[in-house]
Amino acid sequence: MIIVKKKPIEEIIEEVRDFGRILILGCNECVTVCEAGGKKEVEILASALRMYFIARGNEKVIEEKTLERQCDHEYLEEIRKNIDDYDAIVSLACGVGVQFTAEKYLTTPLIPGVNTVCLGANEDRGLWTERCQACGSCILARTGGICPVSRCAKRVMNGPCGGSTNGKCEISKDVDCAWQLIVDRLKALNKLDDYEKLAPVKDWSTDRAGGPRTVTREDVKI
Amino acid sequence: MSDLNTASNLEKILKAGHIGVTSECGPPRGSDPEEVKRKGLLIKDYVDAVNVTDNQTAMTRMSSLAACVHLKLMGIEPVLQMVTRDRNRVALQSDILGAASFDIPNMLCLSGDHQSFGDCAQGQNVHDLDSMQLVQTVRYMRDKGKFLGGDDIKRPPKIFVGAAANPFADPFEIRVPRLAKKIASGAEFIQTQCIYNLDKFKEWVKRAADRGLTEKAFIMAGMTPMKSVGMAKYMKNRVPGMDVPDELIERMAGVPKDKQAQEGIDICVEHIQELKEVSGVSGFHIMAIEWEEKVPEIVERSGLYPRPEA
Amino acid sequence: MRLKIPANFRIIRVPCTGKVDLIHILRAFEKGADGVYVVGCMEGDCHYNEGNFRARKRIEQAAKILDKVGVGGERVKMYNLSSGEGPLFAQYSIEMDAKIKELGPSPIRVAKQKQKKDAA
Repeated sequence: MIIVKKKPIEEIIEEVRDFGRILILGCNECVTVCEAGGKKEVEILASALRMYFIARGNEKVIEEKTLERQCDHEYLEEIRKNIDDYDAIVSLACGVGVQFTAEKYLTTPLIPGVNTVCLGANEDRGLWTERCQACGSCILARTGGICPVSRCAKRVMNGPCGGSTNGKCEISKDVDCAWQLIVDRLKALNKLDDYEKLAPVKDWSTDRAGGPRTVTREDVKI
Repeated sequence: MSDLNTASNLEKILKAGHIGVTSECGPPRGSDPEEVKRKGLLIKDYVDAVNVTDNQTAMTRMSSLAACVHLKLMGIEPVLQMVTRDRNRVALQSDILGAASFDIPNMLCLSGDHQSFGDCAQGQNVHDLDSMQLVQTVRYMRDKGKFLGGDDIKRPPKIFVGAAANPFADPFEIRVPRLAKKIASGAEFIQTQCIYNLDKFKEWVKRAADRGLTEKAFIMAGMTPMKSVGMAKYMKNRVPGMDVPDELIERMAGVPKDKQAQEGIDICVEHIQELKEVSGVSGFHIMAIEWEEKVPEIVERSGLYPRPEA
Repeated sequence: MRLKIPANFRIIRVPCTGKVDLIHILRAFEKGADGVYVVGCMEGDCHYNEGNFRARKRIEQAAKILDKVGVGGERVKMYNLSSGEGPLFAQYSIEMDAKIKELGPSPIRVAKQKQKKDAA
C-alpha cells in the first residue's frame, strides 16, 4: 500500500490560517490502514484545528468527510454538491488523492495533510517499511524476491557494495543490507549460483526517469 | 594476459610479471592545482601509476578528471577513479571520452560512498549504473568501439580497467563469487580495500586462485599505514567493511605516542613483504591518506624500488 | 464505604480503557472540559491484555495535540489502579481536581464563554 505520514499540525495550521470554511477530507484506502488519513485521523485533525482557532477567538467552520477513495472519479463526485461551502480542503489522502481532488475542483485550494512516503508494508504494529519504488520493470524473480531498487541505498544491481557489515547497510546499523537478504534468500532457495549472473544495465525508462507513466488498456477501455 | 590493450604503463608492468605499485592522491577541496602537483611529485618515481579519488567519502572536491589531467601533464600516469553515485550513463561515458582525449590510460570503477557520509547529505544519488556495469561500459566502449546506445565511437577510449574488491565485507561467502562477477564484467585489475587481517586476505586470494581468478585479473593488495592507535581503532570500529585485528591495535598501543606513526609504517612494510610472497598477489596499492610523503619510504623498504622500466 | 470525592467531574464508564479513543478525549476538551483523566486497571492486569497500554499511548498522543493547539497537555492524565482501591480512586480524583484548579479554566471554555457574552 501507499505509506504516508501525518504532517505536523503546526504546518497545517499555517496553511489553513486564512480560510474560514474548511473541509478535512479523508480516504478509506491505504492512508486508513497506515493510520494517518482515515476517518479517525480526520476527526482528530478537525477537532484539534477547531480547538486551536476557538482558543484564539478565531472560530472557523471545520467539517469532516471521508471518501471511499480519492483516486477515483466516482467517489470524488460525492463532494461536488457541497464544494462551494468550503474555502479550502485539507486532504489526508496520499499525493495521488490530493492531486486528483485538486484536478476535479479547480477553484478550491487543496492542502495536503500528510507526506506521502513510499510503497510499503505494515511490518509490525506502528512500523511501515518500504518495499517498492515502482520502477516499472520488476526484477524480483532474479533477486530472490527482495528488491535492490527500493531497499539498497545505492540501488546497486550487482551487490552488495563494500559497505555491507553484519547484514546491515553502511548508511545505518538499523537498515538491513538488501543484498545480504538477497544472498540469504538465494541460499534458502538453493539458487546461490544465480548470484554470479551479472545483472545487465537497467532500463530506467519505465522508472520516473522516463517521465510521467501511464498504463493504457485498450482491452478494458469503453 | 600478455597482449597489451592500452598504452598503460601499469598494464605493461603487470603483464610483464613485475609486482605493480600504485598509490593514491586525493584532489584538494579547492581549485589550486599546486596541491595535486605537489602530491604527485612526492610519489612520482616510486609508483607505476597514481589513483586519483573521485569525491571520496562523498566530500565535494576538485574533479578527479581535472586532477588526473594535471598529473598526466607532469608525466605521471593517473588511474582515474569514477564513482557511479554522481553521474548517469551519459556523463560517465562523456567523462570516459574526456579522459581518453588526454590519454589517461587507467580507470577504477566504483559505486562510491553513500552521500549521507559527505558534505551534501541532502543530495540525490544517481546509481544509474553500478560499479560492475561501469566496468562493462568502459570495456564495451574500448573493445567494441561503441557507445552503450550502440553508435560507433570515433577513436574509442583505450583504457585499462579496474575495479575494487573488499575481501572482508559481509557476507564473506560471496566475497569470491563477487570478485568473479567483477572480473566477468571485464575488470582487468583489482585494487582491494585496506588489508590488516593478512590471514583472512590470504584465504580470500587462495579461494580466488582456486577458481582461476588470479590468472584472469591482477590483484593489487590495498595497504594503508596507520598513523596512530586512534586511527587504528577508528578503522576497526567506524569504517564499514574494515577488518583490523586486535593484535595490531595492541601493537600500536604498545609504543609511545610519538613513535606510533613509525610503528604504523613498519607494520605496513612488514605486511607488504609478507604478501609479496603470496601467489596470486600481483601488486600493491598504497593508500597513504594525507600522508603521501611516506610512500617513498614504504616502497623502498619493501624492496619495490626502483620501479622497473616498462 | 463512603468516600469524599470532588463533585465537579462526570464519570464516563467504559468496558475497558482500551475503548477510549483519542477523539473521545479531544471532544471532551472541545466541548469545554477543563481536564480529562482516564483510570485503568493496573498495567499487566488488563482483562483484554493490552487495553490499558493502548489507552496510555492515546493519552500521550492527546497530550501532544493539546500542547500544540494551546490547550495544554498537562490537562490530561492516565491513572492505574485495581478495582478494590476505592480510596486510591478518591485520592487521584482529588489530585486531578487540585491540579486543574491550579491550571484554571481551559482556554476553549474561556473563549466559548467570551463568545456567548459578546453575542448577548
